[in-house]
Amino acid sequence: MSRRGRSTSGRLPLVLLLPALLGLAFLLVPLVGLLIKAPWSTLPERLFSADVWQALRLSLVCATAATALCLLLGVPLAWLLARGGLPGRSVIRAFVTVPLVLPPVVGGVALLLVLGRRGLVGQHLDTWFGISLPFTPAGVVVAEAFVAMPFLVISVEGALRAADPRYEEAAATLGAGRWLTFRRVTLPSIAPGVVAGTVLCWARALGEFGATITFAGNFPGRTTTMPLAVYLALETDPDVAVVLSLVLLLVSVVVLASLRERWIGGLR
Amino acid sequence: MTLYADVQVSRGSFDLALDLTVEPGEVVALLGPNGAGKTTALRAIAGLLAVDRGRIALDDTVWDEPPRTFRTPDRRPIGVVFQDYLLFNHLSCLENVAFGLRARGVEKQTARLEASRWLETVGLSEYARTRPRALSGGQAQRVALARALATDPELLLLDEPLAALDAGTTLHVRAELGQHLNRFEGHTLLVTHDPLDAMVLADRLVIIENGQVVQEGKPTEVAHRPRTDYVAQLVGLNLYRGDASGTAVRLPEGGTITLAEPATGPVHVAFPPTAVSLYVQPPSGSPRNTWPAVVTGIEQHAHTVRVRLDASPAGPADLLADITPAAVADLHLTPGQPLHTTLKATEVHTYPV
Repeated sequence: MSRRGRSTSGRLPLVLLLPALLGLAFLLVPLVGLLIKAPWSTLPERLFSADVWQALRLSLVCATAATALCLLLGVPLAWLLARGGLPGRSVIRAFVTVPLVLPPVVGGVALLLVLGRRGLVGQHLDTWFGISLPFTPAGVVVAEAFVAMPFLVISVEGALRAADPRYEEAAATLGAGRWLTFRRVTLPSIAPGVVAGTVLCWARALGEFGATITFAGNFPGRTTTMPLAVYLALETDPDVAVVLSLVLLLVSVVVLASLRERWIGGLR
Repeated sequence: MTLYADVQVSRGSFDLALDLTVEPGEVVALLGPNGAGKTTALRAIAGLLAVDRGRIALDDTVWDEPPRTFRTPDRRPIGVVFQDYLLFNHLSCLENVAFGLRARGVEKQTARLEASRWLETVGLSEYARTRPRALSGGQAQRVALARALATDPELLLLDEPLAALDAGTTLHVRAELGQHLNRFEGHTLLVTHDPLDAMVLADRLVIIENGQVVQEGKPTEVAHRPRTDYVAQLVGLNLYRGDASGTAVRLPEGGTITLAEPATGPVHVAFPPTAVSLYVQPPSGSPRNTWPAVVTGIEQHAHTVRVRLDASPAGPADLLADITPAAVADLHLTPGQPLHTTLKATEVHTYPV
């Protein structure tokens, strides 16, 4: 491959090579800086402090719950988009992807307006069921799910559209109804897409900051997730912020590695 | 019970209008070139596509009659073998065959038992746990057939069941498919563009072209009396049924055809009209089949002339030969003229009935 590239295209043009290397450095240097500046000597003690542990546990629980919520609602939504034959499907798809480009803070404000105590839906939740979402762990889950669901929907919809619908037809001729066909034929065939979407969704939920702090606030032990803790620590104890960041970096790298090896590579 | 299908589908400028019936135990082949509407017809009968007009019914049970009635495929007693089989790759062969039974509410153990019985019938017991991906084309086709037949359907639909196979295995798989179809008591509709598949497997041919039926009848009938140029080119085959013993096949109406390879029992014998040569004088040399014959008809085709001959009592009573227009002039062919015909034994194909 490299030999062929050399013989046909000659040397790489400097005009492209220089910005490319600069771009690479731009992405990598801050992460390297994080590693260099880390307080390695006091790391274990800071890492196992109650605050860090609490934030990490809350983050993991909320991100997992948000991902479960996304799976429950997002997979059927993806199916509807890919197979439902809806009129105005592209418009609906555009709306689904809005949270992808929307600043998360705006998402948080929107959630407050709808699900807040005096919100459109929130006031009924409060008076009828006594449920109040803002500034609770459940609120964290809602905020994370709102921001992360498009990742899952897009990934699953893509897998569904790439899957051969004739297998579903074959299942139908064998006597399977649509629900059975979905469970036994469609879902297994798009499993790699669902897993990839789930991992992306979970990683996005884990890193969620803007919508969470707007909708769920910043109450240690209840709504202070890792990213919020990092921001909080930066003002009081920057070393803790670095340690927390390292933990998040480690989680991200593990997620990315598992995604690459097991699914992105496996899809080829 | 009889299957009645009056299928009318319009897609843009293409109109399919097909009227056919299939009796129990009968194998009907829908034969036509690509784009003739064969697969559309199969999809409509399977319920994967609703007809625009017409009616599909099995006896009194209506499957599709717009605008009121439409049964989805899962509510029709059918089994379909798709062109590329569409076996579920995330399931083992056994689970593939058991799928239809499970979908129709058969209890798990019973379904698996029945499925393994079907795998045994198609000779693939040892592949029960194998994923379909690991099978050869011929094996995958047999699993697809077992999967379609396992639910004991009233109607078996086969969409180009041999098209995905390489030439070497086709012969064997075709003969085997024929045996399974013979045993199947329900209705069979076979869609194919290969005249040989249709001739060997079907009891009746329905030939369609541009969405219209152009001819219908028994394979030998259609082969010997093609009604259009297209049919003549498509099924221009000499096809006979006879009893083989050794290298000789005795035809029921008298006459013998000599084979290159020995065979036994009832067989189909097929050879193209181009394999038949005509001579004014008795020829000498290697051809093993040499029959005196009388010209009964001459038809002009695009680049060849098809001569119809009566070679009885030594050979077939209805024999087709394709020759060039120049040869017609050389031989001074006229109806009633006595000639000598030869057929190379190596050009003769036989298939067990």
